[in-house]
Amino acid sequence: MTILRKIDVADMEDIAIGGAVLGTGGGGDPYVGKLMAQQAIRQYGPVNLMDVSELDDDALVVPVCMMGAPTVMTEKLPQGDELMNAFRALEKVMGRKIDAVLCGEAGGVNSTTPFVVAAASGLPLIDGDGMGRAFPELQMVTFTLSGVSATPMVLCDDKGNSLVLDTVSNAWTERLARAATIEMGGSALLAFYPMSGKVAKEAVVRGTLSLCAKVGETLRSARAAHADPVAALAELLGAQILFHGRIMDIERRTEGGFARGKATVSGVEEYRDQTLRLDFQNEFLIAERDGTVLATTPDLISLVEADSGDPVTTDSLKYGQRLITLAWPCNPLWRTPEGIKLVGPRYFKYDRDYVPLAGSA
Amino acid sequence: MIRIGIDVGGTNTDAVVMDGNTVIAGVKAATSKDVMTGVVNALRKVLDAAGMEASAVDVVMIGTTHFTNAVVQRRDLAPTAAVRLCLPATASLPPMVDWPEDLRDVIGNHWFLAHGGNEFDGRVISPIDEAELVHIADQIRERGVNSVAVTAVFSPVSTDFERQAGEILAKALPDAHITLSSDIGRIGLLERENAAIMNACLRDLSRDVVAAFRGALADVGFTGRFYLTQNDGTLMDAEFAERFPVLTFASGPTNSMRGAAFLSGVQDAIVVDIGGTTSDVGSLQKGFPRQATVAVEVGGVRTNFRMPDVFSIGLGGGSLVVDGPDALTVGPQSVGYRIVTEALIFGGETLTTSDIIVADGAADLGDKSKVAGLSPDLIRKARDRIAFMLEDSVERARISADPLPVIVVGGGSILVEGPIAGLELIMPNHFAVANAVGAAIAQVSGEVDRVYSLAEIGRDEALNDAKARATEAAVAAGARRDTIEIVDVEDVPLAYLPGNATRVRVKAVGELHVG
Repeated sequence: MTILRKIDVADMEDIAIGGAVLGTGGGGDPYVGKLMAQQAIRQYGPVNLMDVSELDDDALVVPVCMMGAPTVMTEKLPQGDELMNAFRALEKVMGRKIDAVLCGEAGGVNSTTPFVVAAASGLPLIDGDGMGRAFPELQMVTFTLSGVSATPMVLCDDKGNSLVLDTVSNAWTERLARAATIEMGGSALLAFYPMSGKVAKEAVVRGTLSLCAKVGETLRSARAAHADPVAALAELLGAQILFHGRIMDIERRTEGGFARGKATVSGVEEYRDQTLRLDFQNEFLIAERDGTVLATTPDLISLVEADSGDPVTTDSLKYGQRLITLAWPCNPLWRTPEGIKLVGPRYFKYDRDYVPLAGSA
Repeated sequence: MIRIGIDVGGTNTDAVVMDGNTVIAGVKAATSKDVMTGVVNALRKVLDAAGMEASAVDVVMIGTTHFTNAVVQRRDLAPTAAVRLCLPATASLPPMVDWPEDLRDVIGNHWFLAHGGNEFDGRVISPIDEAELVHIADQIRERGVNSVAVTAVFSPVSTDFERQAGEILAKALPDAHITLSSDIGRIGLLERENAAIMNACLRDLSRDVVAAFRGALADVGFTGRFYLTQNDGTLMDAEFAERFPVLTFASGPTNSMRGAAFLSGVQDAIVVDIGGTTSDVGSLQKGFPRQATVAVEVGGVRTNFRMPDVFSIGLGGGSLVVDGPDALTVGPQSVGYRIVTEALIFGGETLTTSDIIVADGAADLGDKSKVAGLSPDLIRKARDRIAFMLEDSVERARISADPLPVIVVGGGSILVEGPIAGLELIMPNHFAVANAVGAAIAQVSGEVDRVYSLAEIGRDEALNDAKARATEAAVAAGARRDTIEIVDVEDVPLAYLPGNATRVRVKAVGELHVG
């Protein structure tokens, strides 16, 4: 087994920044997950990051995730043992040892949670994930497109409850797990989508955890060189700058465990007298400037602080912030008819079609 | 209206008298160890310089870096217990988990997790356990701790648990200062808890400092209203400030930047405020300090206050100059307020930056003959080092290639030899007391925090109502109506209440009405 790189306590700072950028406003602030990962790395040692191609075809790979509303996660932190409880319980259900840990979602807090399990278990962590970004629902992973079942799955809460699910489809898993998560207090930790090394090689969006680290490194070095961090970030990601403006209004509501809402941004400089409207459901999903749709899910829409390039989450949006809106193309796996059906604008109940952003993915 | 603005820094206490928008007089006095003597001296001096009696003064505004400095320098902090109502949730990351170790050690790393707290939807995580809290109170007492910060999960949505636990702890620890996190912060458990713990560890100090201010004002015969400035550049009355010293954090940089904009008439610039121990550097946009949008650290601790995006370097008029075997260093150690006895030019034995400047003939301060023996080589090396530090910090504060001017203010401004980083240099009149001017022109705010049922009135109507109420509150607090701006709007849905209930917070600020 070749180790791509060892991830230590300091690397987690970069990964958390990258996770927030790939989180496209959602997936929760990685801060809490970063602290948990750093605590685990201090206790158990660095995490070995491994390319998916290194896996044996018959290896057992399992992703882990935190599920719930982002606001809940920053306020009600985990009890601490939930992730390992879910991981070990799934081993029991599967009747065999797990060989590697996988990241379900490289955007937001879940860019960091797999490091907790990889450190504590001593298992390698695959450099990749099931989204290449963040999405709000559990079935919205490339694993689903490859026909992987989300179950058997184990869901654990802070009270010590655990729930094993066996469902007929990944959409049903989402529905049942969501209901359980809300009952569990709005956040839960899970181990799911057990898959073979062979399937993982086809289903995983590759290289996304090292991309997270690169995003953090890029922002850090641009600032140190007094270069424009937003320009450096856009170049790394192959992103377009859609807008530059100040937040004028944010409308939020929590529905069924999701933070839904709209943000209105009033343009500055070359965007003066223009207005950008953003729709979000945890993540930014649609960007519309003066009535023209500029970008839609599953392409990535991320807002960063205009001067520093620091990513901003939908739940930390504040009146008056000056932000730049970036957008870049999603992984090609998402641009298939099945992909668009699973995560396109119509799935989120917006009455518009997916318009692919220009540029190569 | 006659206003006095006072800025109490680590080294100097500055004071100005303003009549409307005109600075009548500005003075500096040394900060004293007891705070009060320095404030009395500054007040006497400034009233003298203005030729005024204390009775002619309508209002006094005080900005102080005392509380920020206490945290940064880890001094005068009371041992503090953090009590979190949460179990079984949140045990993964204990209170103060992300704090610098030395600060955690200074206040004792006393933390307790107890049952209580709410779920996001208002359900109870677990009921409060009075016996458990009484037992925690016993341990707090045994450890000789007298300051307590209480944080419950989701307390910004429901304050009941914190109030209840606060009462139980107050009954068991009748002399303790108790801070409830919901009085200070917002959603975000660790950041709100951090702010509450810092507030609690400053409560002994705040009692002494506010009493010293009150005593100093009485001493010079002033009997009117007095305010402290808070981190957003607005005023809070003395009683409130004593209970919430943490809200003064970063008020110093806010005041000096607002003062720099006022005195220079320049709205967009980089401001360098050079004090005795540190220089604060930040950027001014449209007359206000640029706000940090990410979590701001104070003394290494993450908070979620809205604060100016300012950083400090260890360079001031009292910074130590050490010509070591490897290199010459300047700061971060400083003689601080002891400069008047310890610097060479004042007959002391410590080489400071001020000595270098006087020896170079660039300022007339103290006794020049005491530094006549310094070698020209040493003077040059020290000046180059100072220039490098200033240039480096200005470059760091620059966020674009635009050639913005640099406004230099503060008592340590004599350290500046010429343009920094090739940018236009502005040293406005009264530059040495810009922070006291900033305190004097501090604004008045009005805030509402109300729950609206959006089933009864629409969201727009609710927000408009809240904005109107905040505006009226600001006017009632003394703001001029035509200057009022809405600076903060936040609505948090309370999903567990019927009728789509939403908690709306709006903050309005305006200039103090000048009669």
